[in-house]
Amino acid sequence: MAEALFEMGRYAAFVWPAYGITLVGIACAIAFTLRAYRRAKKRLASLEDGRIR
Amino acid sequence: MFGWANPKRFMELSGAVLPWVAGAAGLFLIVGLYLSVTAPPDYQQGDSVRIMFVHVPAAWISMMAYGWMALASAIGLINRHPLADVAAKEAAPLGTLFTALALITGSLWGRPMWGTYWVWDARLTSFLLLLFLYFGYMALWNAIEDETRAARAAAILALVGAVNLPIIEFSVDWWSTLHQGESIVRVNGPLIAPVFLWPLFLMAAGYTTLFFALLLVRMRTEILARRSRTLILQADG
Repeated sequence: MAEALFEMGRYAAFVWPAYGITLVGIACAIAFTLRAYRRAKKRLASLEDGRIR
Repeated sequence: MFGWANPKRFMELSGAVLPWVAGAAGLFLIVGLYLSVTAPPDYQQGDSVRIMFVHVPAAWISMMAYGWMALASAIGLINRHPLADVAAKEAAPLGTLFTALALITGSLWGRPMWGTYWVWDARLTSFLLLLFLYFGYMALWNAIEDETRAARAAAILALVGAVNLPIIEFSVDWWSTLHQGESIVRVNGPLIAPVFLWPLFLMAAGYTTLFFALLLVRMRTEILARRSRTLILQADG
């Protein structure tokens, strides 16, 4: 069962890249989105504190 | 009518719903992914059918994101509401991602099933055009310095490009395409067995909620950035 799951028959060379690219693409989107949000928040906070002009 | 849409209200509301939307996305995607890899191989397509579970939802979201962008653009043009412009602008990079994923996973499915990664049939060509529409839309935003003018120009492009959506949708009926016809949303019910429909719908629900979770965070980011810009302008003036 587990073996069949990870072999994906003779289509493994297509199935795994499709899943891999999807996961990497979505993970990057989440990471970039959250990083940009944190940066924007920090920047606004420091501007409101009057530390940067 | 758009009283709820002022940025302060939006920050409160989006902050309240975000954990739920993100949580739903995580749940749908985990269960969907599990069912996707444990579904039995298709009797004709073998394990390659599993590509459907990442390909079809990506294609759906690409088109939904464009529809959202066009709708928000129309509201932005008519009501001159900045939040609508933000909603449209922030959907574009996400739409681009899902369009690229749909094209790549589709081509990885096409190779074993059709014997080719790419073919210039109506469905694939109109879908590639969707990718370029997203690129053009983002380029326009970046090219025009003034925010209001950029929003207006980009909105017009988004609305003109929306013509492509029905073309993508009906391309498989209007032209003879290598891409298969509609097999899920049909008058006589889907052509796909429930064992494949469940993972497909869960993944679609996961992609949709993920899209909206990311969109909300991106819109919040843009609102904070605009507030920062205003503060800098005030400090300079």
